Order: sequence, then structure tokens, then C-alpha cells
Amino acid sequence: MRKTVLLLGGLAASLMATSALAQDINIKMGVLNDRSGIYADLAGEGSVIAAQMAVEDFDAAGKGINVEILSADHQNKPDVASNIARQWVDDEGVNVILDVPTSSTALAVNEVTRNANALMLNSTGGTSELTGSACSPHTAHWTYDTWALAHGTGSAMVEQGFDKWFFLTADYAFGHALEQDTAAVVEAAGGEVVGTVRHPFPGQDFSSFLLQAQSSGAQVIGLANAGGDTVNAIKQAAEFGIVQQGQSLAGLLIFLTDVHALGLEAAQGLVLTEAFYWDLNDETREWSARFEELDGDKPTMVQAGVYSAVLHYLKAVEATGSTDADEVIAKMKEMPTEDPIFGEGYLREDGRKIHDMYLFRVKSPEESEGPWDYYEVLATIPAERAFRPLEEGNCPLVE
Amino acid sequence: MFELLGIPPQALFGQLLLGLINGSFYAILSLGLAVIFGLLNIINFTHGAQYMLGAFVAWFLLQYLGIGYWWALIIAPIAVGITGVILERLMISKLYHLDHLYGLLLTFGIALVIQGLLRNEFGISGLPYSIPPQLAGGQNLGFMFLPNYRGWVVVASLVVCLATWFVIEKTRLGAYLRAATENPTLVGAFGINVPRLVTLTYGFGVALAAFAGVLAAPIYSVNPNMGAELIIVVFAVVVIGGMGSILGAIITGFGLGIIEGLTRVFYPEGSSVVIFVIMAIVLLIKPAGLFGRAA
Repeated sequence: MRKTVLLLGGLAASLMATSALAQDINIKMGVLNDRSGIYADLAGEGSVIAAQMAVEDFDAAGKGINVEILSADHQNKPDVASNIARQWVDDEGVNVILDVPTSSTALAVNEVTRNANALMLNSTGGTSELTGSACSPHTAHWTYDTWALAHGTGSAMVEQGFDKWFFLTADYAFGHALEQDTAAVVEAAGGEVVGTVRHPFPGQDFSSFLLQAQSSGAQVIGLANAGGDTVNAIKQAAEFGIVQQGQSLAGLLIFLTDVHALGLEAAQGLVLTEAFYWDLNDETREWSARFEELDGDKPTMVQAGVYSAVLHYLKAVEATGSTDADEVIAKMKEMPTEDPIFGEGYLREDGRKIHDMYLFRVKSPEESEGPWDYYEVLATIPAERAFRPLEEGNCPLVE
Repeated sequence: MFELLGIPPQALFGQLLLGLINGSFYAILSLGLAVIFGLLNIINFTHGAQYMLGAFVAWFLLQYLGIGYWWALIIAPIAVGITGVILERLMISKLYHLDHLYGLLLTFGIALVIQGLLRNEFGISGLPYSIPPQLAGGQNLGFMFLPNYRGWVVVASLVVCLATWFVIEKTRLGAYLRAATENPTLVGAFGINVPRLVTLTYGFGVALAAFAGVLAAPIYSVNPNMGAELIIVVFAVVVIGGMGSILGAIITGFGLGIIEGLTRVFYPEGSSVVIFVIMAIVLLIKPAGLFGRAA
């Protein structure tokens, strides 16, 4: 008898709970990135972990927001990426697509969400086109872009007198964009581009291209590629004695995981631009320690960017009480951003997330004090100078 | 100073030499594939994974046992070769009476499993492996700076390729092997253990792949996908040379390395497809491959 009463009581309670839940907001997030190829370590599962951390830190469940996180491998192929994105948006009701590395796939997904009731919060994709001529009302470009990298590293190198450049460029949208943006910076500062070679993506052997760079008479070899390509190119440049013979390498997009894979012996002295480093301040250290516990490695800037994007998205959902893509993105652009990753910032009307960037130099093995102690901060690039000015992007959203 | 097609000859010589170096990897890998296909009639898609395993075993030896490059060059091929023998006994040998397609699917599946397991364990960014101190540095040849290690790669692979060719084409053991492919029943009737011969041949082909993997470890990123990217090209090399032709595999391996190297000078964007274009042309004109016999 007592059992039955308890059971009935439980039933009634759960009925009440369901009626309360009917007011809840359900959100589906899809982390769409490379989970098996050359960008799997710098984004991959770590980005999913970062998204989960944001959901937990925001206490979404406690605020009546139910979040389900999906993930898929787009293999860095635009056709695969847009198929998955379409299926997620059309059939599964995914509200927001996250991460999306590789510029070519980012641009493909950008077109899928443009006319759908869904957002793309891009963290790992690089091309500045996403907030330029290809900008979309449903896209936010969160962590970095090719313009910011080109200006950070490019102008720093030219200022130090390295003004003859040779580009080793990955032959796809991202590489082209990075090369163009950097070449523009170099030339504007009075430098000269003496040669360019475009290598197939992904590449394995760069010796032939490095030899061409070597005989070009350039002072700087700009690596307009990323991930495993950059690692291989730096490793082989060391083998061919490029740096000993007086040329410098400029890594235009280097992630913490790349430096980790190269080892400080090969990577020391590289100058690079990033938006985030775990050892910047107490907040980044605390957050990164929690991330490392779940993932096993320290976070890259793009994984941290996924966290920051999800957090801001959830704040906007809470504020509007809606999952409508147009309403939420409007709120996201209206509210300033604040998180342990990038500190304070905002989302500009063309979809560009604005925050400080940093110029780092990779430490030598003697300077490093322990595991993951890789970077020394050379300069902070303030938010207002870090990204391309609004009027220069030719984004049709900007009147 | 004369120029060839707008490229100074120094640069051209440099590129030819680099092509030869990359060709060495193609040659050793396609040689292993050709040996396996010639004697077992199996299209060994696991080859790329076995090449990668060679590099990983070299890394394990250094990391956990402190065993350096030179011993790894001997131990890794033997260790990976033994896994090949086990694989052949347990699985591949069950497929000899079936269509090629089954062998291809099985070996492809195994390759995916091996790559997946290692990716799960070690990630994709790659593991560091340095050039042995004896071969660090390089020579200034006047027209280019040649790292000593790359020179060593060419020499080592030429020796291994020629030795393999010699054993198969010019010795009694090789004669048994070739006879066993022609008519296994008859060779068995002479008292030769044909299944064991076949198993050891597979093990040897796999060991060749692992040897190439150890050679590659100091200069290429050691990661689970390193073989997957290379193996497709190597298959094209084998097809161009003629499936099962030992000498054909060696010559086309080096030759295509050089052609690819030249493409990198004149039209870098096309360097990843040039080998496949050649493959298509060869298949149209001479379907059995440049050195193959028409079936």
C-alpha cells in the first residue's frame, strides 16, 4: 500500500515536472570538424569537450535549456561537410554548427546556414572571406582569421627588417587567402614578394619547394599552410639547413599542438600570432587546467574559441528565450562578450568576433620550464587593431 | 649561363636529385607490393599501414627501450614482418581461392583498423623522431645543399631493391618462388612446402614496407596517416610498372619520383596528380603496364 502511494506520488511529481519541462528550450549543437585528418588534434574531439564545458559552466540544465551536442567528421572535404550540415539542419533540427575547420569547408557550410534557421559559429576556419564578401547573417567568425594572422606576424617581421618574402602556400582557399593577406601587408610596409609556390594539400614532402625558396634569395619563407603541413615543412627546413643559412621561417598559422609535435628544438624562435594561450593569466590557466584534465592536452586557441562561442550563444538564448537564428544572432551582436578565454569583446555586425590577439615567440628548450611551456608573449595586439576594419571587408551586410 | 625552360640548371639538378630521393620510397614500397602480388595474387592494401607501423616501431624502440635508429632499421622490419606472417596465416590464406576483390577488402579493412587504433592512442599531429647523429648535417654540392640523411636514403633503398631483385630473379630460392606462382601443385609435388614459401614471401614484402617506414621516420611526420597518403601513389606506381613485375616496380618507382619532382618545379599545383595522369595514359596504351606481361 505504502509502495503504491509512493509510486503515485512519484508519478504525479514527474507529470508536474514534464509540464514544467514543456516551457524548456531544447537546443541541438553540432560540432562539425576534422576528427581523423591533419586538423584532428588541434580541433577534433577537443572542440567537443570545450563545447560541453561551456554548457556545464553556463549551467544550461539549471536554467531550463536542454542542450544536446552532436559531432561529425567532415574529413576536410567541402562536399562531405555541406551534406552533413544540410542533414543536421533539415532533418535533425540542429540550431548551431560549431568549429568547422578548413576554409573551403567553412565556406560551404556558410552557404548551408545562410538560408536556414541555423547559425554557424566558426572557430577553426581561417579565411577572412567569412566576414568579407562571403559574409552571412547566420555566421559568426570567432577566434582568428587570415587577415589577423597576416597583420600580426607579417607586419612584425617587416618591422624587424625582413622584407623579401617567399610564400609556401597550401593550394586551397585558406592558403590563398593567407598568402594574399600577408603579401598585401608586406607590400604595404615596403617589402617585396620574390616568389610563391603552391603545394598540394595535404602535402608530405616539401623538400622540392624548400629548395626553390632557398634559391629565391628571399629573407623570409612564409608558411601559408597549417597543421601537419606546417609541421612537415618546418621539420624539413631544419634538415635542409634553411635557418642556418640565414633565411627565417614565418609560421603564419601555427597552433600549440604543432609546436608540441615539432618539439622546441625544431620550433624555437618561430614568431607567430594567436588569439589565446593557456598561460596568459590566472583565468586562462584555471580554464586550461580543467580542459587538460578532460582532454589530456592543453587547449589550442580554436578549442578555447569553441568554448567562448558556445557560452555567448547560450547567454543570448537565455536572454531572448528563443532558438530562432535571427533573434539569437541579433542578441549576440547586441550583448558584449565576456569569458575567461578572450576577456571582454564583442561581435561585430559583419559576424567578426573582436578581441585582443597576441604575438608570440616560441621558447628555446633551455627557456622552457616544463611541459607545454612553449610561448613567450612579444606583444599584445589590441582588439581595435587586431582585425580588419569593418569598411574594408566589403561585407554586403554592412551598409 | 644557359637555362632550361626558364630554370637554371643548378636548380634543375637539385630537383632531379630530390625526385630520386622520393622515388626511393616509391621504389621500396612498390617493390613489396609487386612481390606480394606476383607470388600471392593478393592486392595488399595494408601496405601503407605496415609502412607506418615500421616508423612507429622505430619510435617505440627509441622511446621505451632506448634503442636507436640503426638497430631499429633491422628490428622494426623483422617485428612488423612477423605480424605480417601471423596475418597471412590467420586471415589472408583463407582467401586465395576467392576473387582478388576479397583480399583487397580484407587488407583495406585491416589497414583502417590499425590506423584507427593508433590514431586513438597517439593522435594525428605526429611523434618526434630525429635524424641519427652520424647522418646529421649535409654536403654543399655546389648546385644544392644535400642533407646527408637523404643521400643515405637513396643508397639504402637502391641496395635493398637490387638485392631483392637479385634474390628473386637469379637464385635457386627465387626460382622456387617463381615456379610456385606458375604451378603450386607441381612445385609441391617436388617436395617443396609451398604454403610456407608463400607465408614467408608475404612476411618479406611487409618487412620491406616497414624498412621504408623506418627510413621515413626522421624526415616525415610520424603519424598514423602517413601511409594512407602514400599508398595510393604507390599503387599507381605498381600499375604503371606492371602488376607483379619486380624490375618494373623498381624502375617506375625511381622514374616517377623524378617526374613528380620536375612537376614540382614547372607546375607545383599539379604535382599530386601527375602520377595518376601518367597511370591513365599507360593503362590506355599498354593495359598490362610498362613492364608487365599481358595475361
